[in-house]
Amino acid sequence: MREPLFILSREDWSLHRKGYDDQRRHQEKVKEAIRQRLPDLIADESIILTDGKQVVKVPIRSLDEFRFRFNENKGKRVGSGRGDSRVGDVLGQAGGALPGSGGMGPGAGEAPGIDTYEVHVELEEIEDMVFADWRLPNLKRKDEVQSTADGLAWTDVRPKGLSGNLDKRRTLLHHLRRNAARGVRGIGRIREEDLRYKVWEEHPVPDSRAVIFAMMDTSGSMGEFEKYAARTAFFWMTRFLRRQYRQVAIEFIAHHTAAKRVSEEEFFTRAESGGTACSSAYRLALDLIRDQYSPSRYNIYTFHVSDGDNLPSDNEPCLRHIRELLELACAVGFAEVNPYNRPSLLISQLQQLDHPDFRLLRIRERSDILGALRQFFTPAKEGAR
Amino acid sequence: MKRTVPLISEAEIKRLEDDIARITEQALRLGLDPFPMRYEICPADILYTIGAYGMPTRFSHWSFGKAFYRMKMQYDLGLSKIYELVINSDPCYAFLLDTNTPVQNRLIVAHVLAHSDFFKNNAYFSRTPRDMVDRMAAAAERFRQYEREYGAGTVESFLDAVLAIQEHIDPTRVPPAGGRGDPEPGTLERGNRVGRRGPYDDLWEWDRKETGTEQEEALRTVIQKIKERADERRRRRKPEKDVLLFLMDNSPVLEDWQRDVLTVIRQEMLYFWPQIETKVLNEGWATYWHLRIMREFDLSPGESFEFAKLHAGVVAPSPVQVNPYALGLAILEDIARREGEEALFEIREIESDQSLLRNYLTKEIVDRLDLYVYQRVGTEYRVVDKDWEAVRERLILSRNNGGFPYLVVLDGDFEGRGELYLKHEYETLELDLRYVEKTLPYVYALWGRPVHLETVVDGLRVLFTCREDQVSRKFL
Repeated sequence: MREPLFILSREDWSLHRKGYDDQRRHQEKVKEAIRQRLPDLIADESIILTDGKQVVKVPIRSLDEFRFRFNENKGKRVGSGRGDSRVGDVLGQAGGALPGSGGMGPGAGEAPGIDTYEVHVELEEIEDMVFADWRLPNLKRKDEVQSTADGLAWTDVRPKGLSGNLDKRRTLLHHLRRNAARGVRGIGRIREEDLRYKVWEEHPVPDSRAVIFAMMDTSGSMGEFEKYAARTAFFWMTRFLRRQYRQVAIEFIAHHTAAKRVSEEEFFTRAESGGTACSSAYRLALDLIRDQYSPSRYNIYTFHVSDGDNLPSDNEPCLRHIRELLELACAVGFAEVNPYNRPSLLISQLQQLDHPDFRLLRIRERSDILGALRQFFTPAKEGAR
Repeated sequence: MKRTVPLISEAEIKRLEDDIARITEQALRLGLDPFPMRYEICPADILYTIGAYGMPTRFSHWSFGKAFYRMKMQYDLGLSKIYELVINSDPCYAFLLDTNTPVQNRLIVAHVLAHSDFFKNNAYFSRTPRDMVDRMAAAAERFRQYEREYGAGTVESFLDAVLAIQEHIDPTRVPPAGGRGDPEPGTLERGNRVGRRGPYDDLWEWDRKETGTEQEEALRTVIQKIKERADERRRRRKPEKDVLLFLMDNSPVLEDWQRDVLTVIRQEMLYFWPQIETKVLNEGWATYWHLRIMREFDLSPGESFEFAKLHAGVVAPSPVQVNPYALGLAILEDIARREGEEALFEIREIESDQSLLRNYLTKEIVDRLDLYVYQRVGTEYRVVDKDWEAVRERLILSRNNGGFPYLVVLDGDFEGRGELYLKHEYETLELDLRYVEKTLPYVYALWGRPVHLETVVDGLRVLFTCREDQVSRKFL
């Protein structure tokens, strides 16, 4: 018989999931690309300057499908007007999306200017990735101030318990299993031995209050980049600690030869000159701890950003205060922001300071900030190595 | 699944069947000669899947997922819509969106019938396999097997590398139908995997075997061909345009399954190539016939309006690219007016886009479509030329080698060190250098030794060299 000229059919395509499967793989690769770009990403101004912005646009370049192709910036192409085009007409801005043409089938995608693949990422997703390997340093020593108030967690299922905590799903499951073992299918009479109860345990969580002492050297040698690094570090530090503690306070301390408690705005905007005595900042922090932030109630973190260019006579008091502070704080961080790699006596003395809660961090460029933060939020054992 | 209620009722399907019968009859009467058709009504996500992969049965890769996501997003946002998809096969498969209106479906059926006729009758398609749906399904199955055997990550990385250079084939090298010129996919995977010393050792091994099954016999023929090509190349030192074929034959690092993957992707590109080369003509042809066939039908005023709107969308111009539907239609209508409709049938048989543009694009068409040449000036794209011959030359040039840079292998043993030397046959367009630097490591992965690429930047000859993933450049 001759083949029919045509057949019209409508099949069930619901199992055809290939497009979605490969789309998922692509999304995984996007995530991977974001992860690789985190050091740059966390230092992105658009994130840290607008607190609370929940969606971040991330231009991802690594998902390009690389191939040998022409440089569209140098080539000439053909387009069509609406009957009145003239030489010199401007069609659009380079880099922007330009309108495609009509048609009926899958687009040829020949229009220039669509180069970057922009993905929208929730700030929370970025946080998940950034915080994945951060830990609160030195948590153990704070055992005495732990509160159990909201530290309850369902941890186990047992055959005995309070009737209000009956786990119906698991009870049914055990019942079915017991029946099945006897060769009976389905649900019969529930017996006492089937019953399962959820039990909770007191789960120690840290005291829900923390304070960060944000300390910055504002002497003449500190520039825009140093402030930027500090701002980025404090932004992420605060967000991380907010996940761990119910309340996080930040004290901003600016110092040159003398230290002063300042507002956040002042902290990042004030520019001063003169010499540097780092000890003044630590002195002030110690005073504040004594007066307002008792270590029995607060988990204390200090983070100091400086280029290390300290008055030689101040190095000794500075070290003494840092040692004092280490007795009280969960972690003490000293970030040396030193893009030009200048030698510093203070830094070399700090390098000698062997204490598990002290973190000497080095930031030379933007992409170092993430590594420095990660080092700060590392459990003592690894950090001390 | 979210789709439980079909969007198109049984009664509507019956009506569509009647429409298709009438349109088919009309098309045959007007002289079209299509393959038997298989129309399939499917939901948007399926249509976009097929659009992204180019074929319902093609292998999996994240790049298709990316294309799918993009297309579907544009559809969901109402930015663009695919109405139809048609596959070069016998019988010819056409996919219709299940939300199409009756008028849309009529236009589409007329349109795809002309595509089917074009696939069947255009010379550039004459050597494409018409059972590609099944071949791609078989290849996809083998790829899944490789994933199980060697790991999904390994297969994916290898696909990344091959897809990065998939356009660099020689489309004139298609074997005559039924003949045994180039290797068939899947035949190389049974080679000797152990103790390889050089690229051909396992091949020679096969060659020495005296007796064997029919399949071994076939394999030996394939291997004999590879040897002959390699010898010939060495003798004549002729640049090899088919980079994939060259790598397949000569790369010292490829395993048999990898050769098979290369072969598959090369064959699939050979299959798609005529569609790249005849885009303007093929779309122009289909658009010409949907207009022509619909003209034979009595449409109500409402239907006429809907049809006109739809057609206007299809041929809508774009300031930054040429709409192949509009350009092809304008050229074919011009020819039909001057030489009669009969002349079109010959053109659809023998021409490609380049020859069509060279022979039939006139000043009148360029002026009527308001075509111009534009380029980037500073931070803007600007119209720089309206001369019709400049437009024509630019269009012809842009269709060179399917619109891809023309690369050849000059040497597989550069300076006696077994390094690969590629040359970009520069005409007037420079390469995207950032992309060059990102693509060369893929070639390195396929070759296993340093890879060089010669091209021209700002009028000077430049040599890019990739060692592992380090790419350097120097002036020649």
